[in-house]
Amino acid sequence: MSNQTSPRPAAVDIQFPIEPGVLELLHARLVASAADSGTLDIVYRTVDSPIGKLLLAKTDRGLLRVAYEREGFDTVLEKLSARVSPRILHSPSHLDDVASQLEEYFAGHRHRFELQLDQRLSAGFRHQVQQYLPRIDYGFTRSYKQVAEAVGNPTAVRAVGTACATNPLPIVVPCHRVLRSDGTLGGYVGGLDAKSTLLTLEHAVRATPAGGA
Amino acid sequence: MMNTLGPFEHCVQQYGATVLRVCRAALGPNADAEDAWSETFLSALRSWPTMPEDTNVEAWLVRIAKNKTFDIIRTRGRRAIPTDRLPELSAGLDDAGLPDLTVWQLVAQLPERQRLAVAYHYLGGLPHTETAAVIGSTPEAVRRASADGIKTLRRRMKRSTSWEQPDE
Repeated sequence: MSNQTSPRPAAVDIQFPIEPGVLELLHARLVASAADSGTLDIVYRTVDSPIGKLLLAKTDRGLLRVAYEREGFDTVLEKLSARVSPRILHSPSHLDDVASQLEEYFAGHRHRFELQLDQRLSAGFRHQVQQYLPRIDYGFTRSYKQVAEAVGNPTAVRAVGTACATNPLPIVVPCHRVLRSDGTLGGYVGGLDAKSTLLTLEHAVRATPAGGA
Repeated sequence: MMNTLGPFEHCVQQYGATVLRVCRAALGPNADAEDAWSETFLSALRSWPTMPEDTNVEAWLVRIAKNKTFDIIRTRGRRAIPTDRLPELSAGLDDAGLPDLTVWQLVAQLPERQRLAVAYHYLGGLPHTETAAVIGSTPEAVRRASADGIKTLRRRMKRSTSWEQPDE
């Protein structure tokens, strides 16, 4: 049997119109029944923030991914589809808790996130570093070198940099609190402007080279 | 897990409207059509991770929708529910700039064979041969039923601007 559909008249869309809102309603119902029947693996939404639009993705284990627009939301979703599951649907309400904690954070009212995290995108040394990062408190910073020492691998400064750069959960797992030993910013997945905005928001005291780890 | 077709959301965005048109044309603009739409995408979501990369997603979805809608039609037949329980057609068309939905009521009033030919072939893009196999007819009869159905719609929709231009 042919695998092709035959071409349809271009006028079909206007000749057989669908009233506004119907597809959105059906989509919401699909999300609900897919979640009920256990066939939905990842839900996502976007939120606005002072450092631009963010993509949030979640599984039944917890928050899986926070992404900056410069990473390309489509690219990020394609990667999640390949690495975790393609059963992905857009569902803002499933991420209300994450969205509101982020909002509180950006308003300066929240200093610590209380969220379940799905850390399956991290492995090995990177995972170890990313596990450590939430121990750097709001308003404080560490150097790459201090983090390397803290995770018991003092020579792995460059690898700590890579672990920060590949953090799948930026902001929530605070890789922005890791700087160069001389106090300069280093790199950031969301761009240096985003990094310094976050540090300014947190009124961060930049670590001195001698600062305790 | 090896992914082939990408995030399912794209599939819903891209083909949601086509599948709804197929379901509505086959079943009428009612809750049955919405249920068939939901069942189609739920069933597609279940199989999504194992579908080969070269799947023609649209044809695959239309086939699922065809099966779901045809099941409902058969069930209706057994229950002997009349299919013409739709609201009466109003003559006034599209004056507020809103989509003119009259066409769905007109489709629902077409004879069943024309309705299904319009649904699966004209709107869903399934080949004549495949549509014929479903509705128990010949490819030539499907081609004619689809053309007759569209001709009737065009005649009755002639006051609507969206139907002014011949489209083939």
